Amino acid sequence: MSECCAQPVLELPARPSGSKAGESLHTVALIGPPNSGKSTLFNRLTGLRQKVANYPGVTVEQRMGLMAGIGRNDLVLIDLPGIYSLDPYSEDARVSIDVLEGHMPGTPKPDAVLLVLDSLHLTRQLMLAAPVLQIGLPTMVLLNMSDLMEARGGEVNPLRLAQELGAPVALVSAAKGTGLEAVKLFLNRQGKSQEAEQFTLPVLGNAMSTHRWAAQVSSRTGYKAPLSAQATRRVDSVLLHPVWGPLLFLAVVFGVFEVVFSIGQPLSDGLGDLLAHFGSYATNFLPDGWLRSLVLDGAWKGVTSVLVFLPQILLLFLFIGILEDTGYLARAALIADRVMRVIGLNGKAFIPLLSAYACAVPAIMATRTIENRRDRFATILVTPFMTCSARLPVYMLLIAAFIPNISFAGGLIGLKTIVMLSLYLLGFLAALATARLLKSSILKSSETPFILELPQYRMPTLRGIGLRLMDRARVFLTQAGTVILSVTLGLWVLAHLPITFGAGGMRTPELAESVIGRLGHFIEPAIAPLGFNWKIGIGLLSSVLAREVMVGTMGTLYGADPETQSLSLHTALHHDLPLGGAVALMVFFAFAMQCTSTIAVVRRETNSWKWPLLQFVYMLVLAYGAAFFTNWAVTAIWG
Amino acid sequence: MRVLSDLEVGETGVLVALDLPPGVQNHLMYMGFVPDARVKAVHRAPAGDPTVYSVDGMEIALRRETAQSIRMQENQSGAAE
Repeated sequence: MSECCAQPVLELPARPSGSKAGESLHTVALIGPPNSGKSTLFNRLTGLRQKVANYPGVTVEQRMGLMAGIGRNDLVLIDLPGIYSLDPYSEDARVSIDVLEGHMPGTPKPDAVLLVLDSLHLTRQLMLAAPVLQIGLPTMVLLNMSDLMEARGGEVNPLRLAQELGAPVALVSAAKGTGLEAVKLFLNRQGKSQEAEQFTLPVLGNAMSTHRWAAQVSSRTGYKAPLSAQATRRVDSVLLHPVWGPLLFLAVVFGVFEVVFSIGQPLSDGLGDLLAHFGSYATNFLPDGWLRSLVLDGAWKGVTSVLVFLPQILLLFLFIGILEDTGYLARAALIADRVMRVIGLNGKAFIPLLSAYACAVPAIMATRTIENRRDRFATILVTPFMTCSARLPVYMLLIAAFIPNISFAGGLIGLKTIVMLSLYLLGFLAALATARLLKSSILKSSETPFILELPQYRMPTLRGIGLRLMDRARVFLTQAGTVILSVTLGLWVLAHLPITFGAGGMRTPELAESVIGRLGHFIEPAIAPLGFNWKIGIGLLSSVLAREVMVGTMGTLYGADPETQSLSLHTALHHDLPLGGAVALMVFFAFAMQCTSTIAVVRRETNSWKWPLLQFVYMLVLAYGAAFFTNWAVTAIWG
Repeated sequence: MRVLSDLEVGETGVLVALDLPPGVQNHLMYMGFVPDARVKAVHRAPAGDPTVYSVDGMEIALRRETAQSIRMQENQSGAAE
């Protein structure tokens, strides 16, 4: 592979003292336009040793990893967001500029830059080269996908390009792993800086002059663009076909939904059972009493309630990863755009909203494909309205206990099914209405239109998707896990206080007498207009952890084990709760944000407590109002 | 006045100017939508909007509302490509 350098300008200086990255580590920034194969190259250069975090104060993701296979082990590679220019128009570009200029708190100024450009579209990609090179850091330009360019009859003279840019240039293929020895040479060169030979690029003030410069450079360096990918156009003429396009789209959507729901749900349930068994087995070694209860009902139950989400999250991200890496996700966004704009969002919000039918947690994590921050936040805020699988146990319990077995249309459809479908519809409509509301008020963004680049179709790599799955799993477990664990422990403590000392020694109270039980009584006047009693109050308080906890709490309170004696729980509920209250409870669950995992993920993804708090209060107010109205209406008609 | 959204699928035109807010305009120009660029309409989404345009060998989808603010040369000489 060609590697050239007009001036040996690279020197990795000693780190200034007091840097947070440690005395011996140097940082290398990886930058490039979207779809230039930057992430593939990042994975290639770092392997498994990567770490993902958010930059302070912004929602832009910071990926960094220790570089491997380059002959030294003191280099940290920072993957900057994919950008078209250094125009500080987007949050991504501002982060990139701040990092490159050393103004990003907590991130040391890079010692060298690797600029990745897609050699298939070099003329346009060079537009990013000018502003990046002007920053003046030692930079190497990597022309990626050179294998494809050459295979399709493209040409470029890297030597000439290096002279034009005043920076070393190498032809590489991140997908195949070729040409990377040039990167190794570049990062191991111990040159001394040569001020005199510092290259000066023509001053480029705006997009127009940058484009002209890029066109001139590419023609002077003998760049011959490869034939455009006819294969991609041919595939698109089917996938974007007026008839086949939507049909295939629906097939893909249905397939993803079906797999996540029909395979993911049993896997989650199975994992839950397995973990519960393991928990009770392991705690047999603990003495019977408060310690065992704390470990089993407090800590372990909290950990378990997080872990059971993993199968669904991994399955969903497997699909999204395949769709994204092949390039179909962009087409799906294109097809869905016409529908999504009705509610003020764009096509990119479709897949996350659909995923939310399985679980809001991975769905919110999937909103990262939406670049526009306001659209992304609006999507995150409406996602928990979609009827997730955790609402199902609650709906099923209440429907079984309260909705009579009446069928319509000659037994074709039952009242129970109608009620269930209505609850799904209710959540969906609430999401649409809220999205419209948000997009016409606090998250209005008329000035940022829908601009979507359609990448060429590619074969996804196992490595790329595997790394992403690991990454998502890790983010979820560490971020959501810590919050959930503390909330469960908190709830456990509330359910076991106050401790009384009597003849039999230390004694924890019955649930009804505990702090949380008293809270249930305390809030009874507030929830009585909804048709709920204090037991439902306790259920609602405990289900803030996760919706399905409601069923277990009801079981405990009514003295029946819901797993084995669900019939008696139905009967008990039926006698204790009026019909109005029961229907109101379902409506309440359709709207309220009873899920700590979701709150934790929203907190992480929006990087602030403001949004999850707003969301929780909004959904709670809506749930209360709707439940109040439902109770009133149902009681008036059937009461 | 001829605008980008007037292009039929398969038709090519030459861009004259972008009448968009500065931020959006700059963003589109960095994506290749500069004056004198040859832009071709390659696909329309099944619902009739957005449309995929090819510029500098890249394919970019724009909604009609955006494409309406991008002025094109009047002559249709680029129709056959």
